Amino acid sequence: MKSLAGILLLLLLSACDEWNNPYPASEAGQSILYTAFTERPKHLDPAQAYSENEYEFISNIYAPPLQYHYLKRPYQLVPQAASLMPTVTYQDAQHRSLPDDAPADRIAYSVYEIHIKPGMRYQPHPAFARTHDGRLEYEHLTPADLRDVHVPGDFPHSGTRVVNAADYVNQIKRLANPQLHLPIFGVMSEYIVGLKAYADTLQQAVQMHPDAFLDLSVYPLPGAEVVDDTTYRITIHGKYPQFAYWLAMPFFAPMPPEAERFYAQPGMRERNLSLDWWPVGSGPYFLSENNPNRRMVLTKNPYFDSERYPAEGEAEDDKAGLLADAGKALPLIDRVVFTLEKETIPYWNKFLQGYFDASGISSDSFDQAVQVSVGGETSVSDEMREQGITLSTSVAISTMYTGFNWLDPVVGGSSERARKLRQAIAIAVDFEEFVSIFANGRGISAQSPIPPGIFGYLEGEAGINKLVYDWAGGQAVRKPIAEARRLLAEAGYPDGVDINTHQPLVINLDTTATGVGNKSRLDWMRKQFEKLNVQLVVRSTDYNRFQDKVRRGDTQMFYFGWNADYPDPENFLFLLHGPQGKVSYSGENAANYSNPDYDRLFLKMKNMENSPARQAIIDQMLEILRRDSPWLWGYHPKNYVLQHGWLHNVKPSVMANNKLKYWRLDAKSRDALRARWNQPSRWPLWSALVLVLLSGFWLWRVLQKKEACSR
Amino acid sequence: MIAYLIRRLIYAIPILIGVNLLTFALFFVVNTPDDMARMQLGIKRVTPEAIEKWKLQKGYDKPLLVNSRAAGAGQLTDTIFWHKSASMFVLDFGYSDDGRSISHEIATRMGPSLAIALPTFLIGLACYVSFALLMTLFRATTLDIAGVALCVVLMSISGLFYIIGGQFLVSKLWHLVPISGYGDGGFKFVVLPVIIGVIGGIGSSSRWYRTIFLEEIGRDYVRTARAKGLSELRVLFTHVLKNAMIPILTGVVVVIPLLFMGSLLTESFFGIPGLGSYTIDAINAQDFSVVRAMVFLGSLLYIAGLILTDISYTMVDPRVRLS
Repeated sequence: MKSLAGILLLLLLSACDEWNNPYPASEAGQSILYTAFTERPKHLDPAQAYSENEYEFISNIYAPPLQYHYLKRPYQLVPQAASLMPTVTYQDAQHRSLPDDAPADRIAYSVYEIHIKPGMRYQPHPAFARTHDGRLEYEHLTPADLRDVHVPGDFPHSGTRVVNAADYVNQIKRLANPQLHLPIFGVMSEYIVGLKAYADTLQQAVQMHPDAFLDLSVYPLPGAEVVDDTTYRITIHGKYPQFAYWLAMPFFAPMPPEAERFYAQPGMRERNLSLDWWPVGSGPYFLSENNPNRRMVLTKNPYFDSERYPAEGEAEDDKAGLLADAGKALPLIDRVVFTLEKETIPYWNKFLQGYFDASGISSDSFDQAVQVSVGGETSVSDEMREQGITLSTSVAISTMYTGFNWLDPVVGGSSERARKLRQAIAIAVDFEEFVSIFANGRGISAQSPIPPGIFGYLEGEAGINKLVYDWAGGQAVRKPIAEARRLLAEAGYPDGVDINTHQPLVINLDTTATGVGNKSRLDWMRKQFEKLNVQLVVRSTDYNRFQDKVRRGDTQMFYFGWNADYPDPENFLFLLHGPQGKVSYSGENAANYSNPDYDRLFLKMKNMENSPARQAIIDQMLEILRRDSPWLWGYHPKNYVLQHGWLHNVKPSVMANNKLKYWRLDAKSRDALRARWNQPSRWPLWSALVLVLLSGFWLWRVLQKKEACSR
Repeated sequence: MIAYLIRRLIYAIPILIGVNLLTFALFFVVNTPDDMARMQLGIKRVTPEAIEKWKLQKGYDKPLLVNSRAAGAGQLTDTIFWHKSASMFVLDFGYSDDGRSISHEIATRMGPSLAIALPTFLIGLACYVSFALLMTLFRATTLDIAGVALCVVLMSISGLFYIIGGQFLVSKLWHLVPISGYGDGGFKFVVLPVIIGVIGGIGSSSRWYRTIFLEEIGRDYVRTARAKGLSELRVLFTHVLKNAMIPILTGVVVVIPLLFMGSLLTESFFGIPGLGSYTIDAINAQDFSVVRAMVFLGSLLYIAGLILTDISYTMVDPRVRLS
């Protein structure tokens, strides 16, 4: 044992200079971004992926027609694979052209004509490899051919080809493929002409030939047609200006049929060789290593040359150095290494050691990382500043709310009693305090479902919820609790007692929050209700039962949240649209809120372009919502991201997931700082060695003595 | 012995069926196929049609255990239980509910798990046995009492503390090894988890072995050995150790096959891509295909461990015969 420990120590002594670095020494000085992921992505197929942790990867691999401008705010769509923004023409029910300003109710069809940039090419992939006579080399593989193949890189040859409009149409057709699980099929089938019937046609084809490759080119889709090699058209029902936002998502990226056919060959699936595991894109990066249990690596697509760093941004961007790379070919970093880090402690420590280039901030590390001034300004702590670490903050396009079930006889419904009860609770539950205690101040209290940065959100006094806040001293101040008590009494519950039954008012909160970690939050919530002498009963349950209760409408209050699909008020206000009711229509309106005036205004607003007229309608809608209070509006979380000084061009963007291509890093500076920060301390090893030797010697002496005595 | 082994393997079949049935029942008491579909499809924009489609495609549209609408054997075979369980007896684990090959996943994760678990097991065993023998050697002295007290202290500390403390000292403060990770040049990633694993097990294991050795040391053959003039070290390390092998092997050999299954906490904190977290992740994701495969594999390895234990008895004690 002693010798083993000795060997171990000697190895440690001889090699500890190298050991601190978790990356191979050969990567020193290279343009490689090191970052982490905490949860393995479920899907990488652009037709199936929908989560943020999936988009983190595929948004850098696939190139849909549009994207969000990296620097400009508010968020603005710009071409990505498209050569210019799509042209939209309107038609009536007989397919006759209508003028651009035609009223929405006359528009039966909107036609989006999209021109893609010529000459864009796919990443290198064996699906494109061709023989000398031009045939696809790996078109007719057998399981025996795949004996030594585990990743696409194991094929000896690869190829590429030019992206064409048919690939984009092919992907739109894939949205109806019954063999895939498309999360947005419900929405898209309402809009894209013929998509629903197309899904039925494909379903029949699959049933007739269950084992055959489903060749989508055989089945035309009326709503998606190829005009020429670089042009295609999408026809949707009615007017839906938000459709352009969907065109910025990987759902509408190009998909080469060769790749589908390649992965459909026998033996591929058993080796995890599929589009869901090994994407085939035309974006700035391709997935060169996929081991989601350990690390995933994006490598620069050598054929990508269709984009330059933007030359315009916001006024302060130039000063912040964000325009220094204007006009340079993207991407600016050669490789991106994502390492799986499930736990926050090693993640944070590796960031501090310089082994991750950027990091979020967990609650445990907040005080170490950030300091808040008296005026509420946040900045990095002195310790971070010394390391050259900077902080970027942005308000997420999300709303974390607490819903009242509109169908509940106590807290729900449009009666004046219920409305005043909800308004009283809205005043009592102090979300400013919640954000301060439980989110380290990383959030802003919501005044409505619409978060900042979205059209319809108003700053200042005009934007506050006047039923809950007063405007005083240039800021929103929550109304005193006496006001809530007055409303509660008017609702028929003076001092929290029902005037009809003389029983204390008891309200149930359904949540999936359980365990010690959530106890303080739930206790806090109980205290908010105690201000009104209302008893809050927390009904904690597992995720399945909670979802089930919400679906059946068996709740009174519940926690929920929403991350926007796109930066448009429609994507938040539809959460309270009556026909989206969870119980009646299985929609996204979990509160089952229903107000005919609101629904009418929503239908009018949703198809409008952003304009003062739209703002006026939104103002009316928000006024209705504030009066009815179907939610406690909760808060909009703020994202805090720390990055090292060697990482450049980082601008927070909560909508764009394809931002890696804009980032640049100074690898030499990183190497130098890492070496300085990570000098190994050898004394513990020497001490341990001496201790082991002394203990061994002492033990040997004691044994000698013991033996001598026994003789 | 061959006949004995065959008999034990045949006994394993009803055990495996029982384990499968129990896993199936426990899983579906908590989760319905609809819940599983929702978990896989996400919480945004999930329609009832999408749920039905998912169930159909993954084979969860069938009845759980008995299909009353089917005829003959179909009543049992056209069920979720049959479809998900029968193939496992030929070690065909199929695909996870998110479409990945489970066999591929197990094969790639087993190596890293073993890279941590095997050295931890071997070095640990050597350390624990040696430490226990030393305590036995100095039994009823201050050294023994101090050793036992140390063991109790080490046992009382949470395993998480060793991990976080070890990472803080060795990686963060002294910069000797990476805090976490696994990759090329895997030795440097393995050192700290192995050391922590060994230290974490010293308390309970050394006390257990000390108890075994103390029981042995009072036997007649030890007295005879001493009377013949053998040194105390020789008595302990040659005779006592050899005769204490049966209880040691009972506890040790059975866990050898389970080393493949890895350790959840260690792998999670050190970023080791092993099997430790695979089952937990699958339970959280309500992925029945993975859960039943891992429980089946665990049962299989446990049975293999028990058989290996029996075989090992025959090696250390010639009086034991498998018949």
